[in-house]
Amino acid sequence: MSRTLYVWCPDWPVIAAGLVEGLPVHEPVAVMAANRVVACSAAARAEGVRPGLRRREAQGRCPYLVVVLDDPARDARAFEPVVEAVEDLVAGVEVIRPGAAALAARGPSRYFGSEAGAAERIVEHIAQTCRVEAQIGVADGVFAAGLAARTGRLVPDGGTSDFLADIDIAALDRPELVDLLRRLGVRTLGGFAALPAADVLARFGLAAALAHRLAGGRDERPLAVRQPPPDLDVGQVFDEPLERVDTAAFAARQLAERLHARLAGHGLACTRLGIAALTGHGEELHRTWRHDGLLTAAAIADRVRWQLDGWLTRSGRGPGGLVRLRLYPDGVVEYAGLQLGLWGDAGEDRDRAHRALTRVQGLLGPDAVYTAVPAGGRDPGDRIRLVPWGDERGSEPELPWPGGLPAPSPATVPPVPLPAEVYDAEGAPVGVTARLELTGVPARLGTDPIAGWAGPWPVDERWWAPAEASRRVRFQVRLADGRAYLLVLSAGAWTIQGVYD
Amino acid sequence: MADILALHRTPAAPRRPGSGGGEVAELVRKHGLVGLVKPASEHVVEPDGVGERILPVLPELRTLLPGGGLRRGATVAVTTDGPGTTSVLLSVLAGASAAGSWCAVVGVPGLGLAAAAEFGIVLERLALVPDPGPDWPAVVAALLDGLDLVAVAPPGPISAGLGSRLAARARQRGSVLVPYGRWSGADVVLESTGGGWWGLGEGSGRLSRRELVISARGRGAAARPRKATLWLPPGTVPPPTPIIEAAPLLEAAG
Repeated sequence: MSRTLYVWCPDWPVIAAGLVEGLPVHEPVAVMAANRVVACSAAARAEGVRPGLRRREAQGRCPYLVVVLDDPARDARAFEPVVEAVEDLVAGVEVIRPGAAALAARGPSRYFGSEAGAAERIVEHIAQTCRVEAQIGVADGVFAAGLAARTGRLVPDGGTSDFLADIDIAALDRPELVDLLRRLGVRTLGGFAALPAADVLARFGLAAALAHRLAGGRDERPLAVRQPPPDLDVGQVFDEPLERVDTAAFAARQLAERLHARLAGHGLACTRLGIAALTGHGEELHRTWRHDGLLTAAAIADRVRWQLDGWLTRSGRGPGGLVRLRLYPDGVVEYAGLQLGLWGDAGEDRDRAHRALTRVQGLLGPDAVYTAVPAGGRDPGDRIRLVPWGDERGSEPELPWPGGLPAPSPATVPPVPLPAEVYDAEGAPVGVTARLELTGVPARLGTDPIAGWAGPWPVDERWWAPAEASRRVRFQVRLADGRAYLLVLSAGAWTIQGVYD
Repeated sequence: MADILALHRTPAAPRRPGSGGGEVAELVRKHGLVGLVKPASEHVVEPDGVGERILPVLPELRTLLPGGGLRRGATVAVTTDGPGTTSVLLSVLAGASAAGSWCAVVGVPGLGLAAAAEFGIVLERLALVPDPGPDWPAVVAALLDGLDLVAVAPPGPISAGLGSRLAARARQRGSVLVPYGRWSGADVVLESTGGGWWGLGEGSGRLSRRELVISARGRGAAARPRKATLWLPPGTVPPPTPIIEAAPLLEAAG
C-alpha cells in the first residue's frame, strides 16, 4: 500500500469562478448546475446555503447570493496553474478532478524531511504562486487520503483502516449503493468493510466490490493493475493545429471513443489516463488523470477536453496550437464485464477461477490465497515472491543473477529452514574457513551417510548494509538412500534450505 | 525415451468380444460386428488427441492414467511416502497447467515454486493456499467449483465420508481432485517408486538431472499396476550408459 498525499482545494468551482471571472469569493457565491447548487463559498454556507438546494431556496436563505453557472472546463482551466505549482516541487502529480490532485508521499516526505514538512511546503507554494488555499491529507491510498484532506489530517502509517472506520458511508460517493446499504443498516465505512468481500461481490457486483476495498482502506490495489501492451494508445495528428477549445473538444470525444472501444476489445478498462500533446512550438505537454473506478468513454472525453482547455487557454501558448494528441491508458484493469465469451472460452475459465478464489479469500481472509511471481535471487526461497491473490503481480526480473543456483530447483523449500548437522568421517562437525576451505570432508548429515556432495558455493549479499547482510555458503548433498538436499552454512550453523524431493 | 516407456507398458491382451458367451456375444457375432463392439473398459481416448473431458498430462505420464490424461471429475491421489513425491505432484499438475488449466495447491507451505515453474507450471494460473486451517474441506470444495485441478494435502487422516464427499464434488463440477497424502477411494494412486539424482560427485559436479519412476495403481480401467519413468528437468534425455559413480541410486528403479 502506498502512502498518498492528496492536495485538495475546498469549494473549487467557486474559487475557479473567482479566479476566472473575478467574483468576490469572500462574499456569498453559489455555483449552480441544472438549477441546483453544486458548490458555495464559506460566506454562503454561513447563511445556510447547501449543495443540492434549488436556486430559489438558496436565494431565499441568502438574498444577496451571487449565482454563477457551473462550467467544468473553467474549473479545469483554472486548476492547471495549481497543478503546475505542485509540480514545481514534486514529480508524478495525478489530477483526480479539477480541485484535487494526488501524488505518492514517499519521495516528497523524504526530500522535505517529513510528510508534515512536505505538506506545509506544498500548501505554501500554492498560496504564493496561485493565491489559492489548499488543504493536504496523507493516508494509505488515494481514497483515504482524499477524506483525510477534508480535515487536513495526516493519518499515520497503518492507521488508515481505523481512520476510515467511523466515517459515514456517504463518503463512498456512489449514491445508489449508499442508499441500499443504509436501508440494510450499514451506516459507516467500517461497517461496510466488515462485510465479507466475497458476499459483497456476489450480491452487489463488481462496482460495489471496488467500493468495498476502498472502505477497507485497500484502494491502492483495486484489482490486478497491469502494464498495458503498448498498442493500446490512440493518437491523431492535426494538419490544422488545434487552437480553439471547441475543435479540441470535438477531437477529444472522437479519440476518447476510439480508446474506449480499443480497451473494451481487449477486455480492459482504464483507471489512469495519460494525455500527451505536441504544440506548434514543438513543446511536449503531458498530464496523467486518475480515477477511483473505471473510466467510461464519456469520462475519458471530459478529462481530455478539460485538459486541452487548460493547455490551450494558458497564457503564452496561444498561437502555437496543438498539432498532435495522444491518449494512452496508464493503468488498466482486466474488466471481464465488458466482454463475454460466446461459447465458453478462456475468459469464462478465468472468471470461474477468480470467483472461486475470491470465495476462498472470503472464507480465510485476503492474505490466505497467494500467487507466485518469479523474483530475483540466488537461493530457491528468494527466487519466488508470494503475492496475495488479486494484487498487482509486479514485473518479473530479467537480469541474470550471478551466483544463483542452477536448475533443477528443489521441489520442497521449507518455509523455515530446518536445522541440520554435518560431520566428517571421524564425527567432527564440518565447517568452512574464511578462505572457503572445508575443515573436513562431509560424511554424515545427522546420522545418514552422505554419498555425494558439492560445494562450498559462497554468497556474500548486501555486505554494505549491516542489518540486511547475509554471508553464507551453499552445498548440495546426496544421501546414500537417494534423497538430496540443499544445505546452507551461515555463521557456523547448518540449515536445510531445500529438499530435492 | 520411447523405448523406456515401452518396457513398462505391457501390451493389453487382445480380448475377443465373443469369448465371454451370452446373448450379446451371439448378437454381435451374428451381425458381423466382431471387432467393432468393445467392452467399455477398453475404451481409451487416443493419447495424442486429448478428449475435451480429459486434461492433458506430460507425455511420460500418459501411460499411467486411464484415457491418457486426467479425466475431469476424477480423483488422482499422490502418496507422500518416500523421496520424490513432491516432484510427482508437480509433474501431475504440469501438463494441464501448461495447456491453460487453472490449478490450486492447498496445504503445502513448502512447495518449491521455482521448481514448479521449471516443470512447466504457469505460475499466473497457480493459486496457493499454504495454510487452509481446520476448515480446509470447505476451501477445497470452493476451489473445486472454479479451478480445473485442486491438489490438497490433508492435515491428518480423513474419514472415508469426507473423502467421498469431496470426490463427489469434483465429479459434479468436472474438476480433478489431487489428494496429496493418505486418501482412500481415489481412482488412481500415483507413487514414487524409485529413481535418483545424477551428476553429484565427491566434492564436485552438481545435481543436474534425475530419474523419477512413478507407478500407478487404481480401480476400474486403472486397476493394472503400471510404471513410467520421467527424466528431469523436462527435455533431459537419459544418459547413454549408466554413470558408475551414481550406481547406488538405481536400487529401486524399474
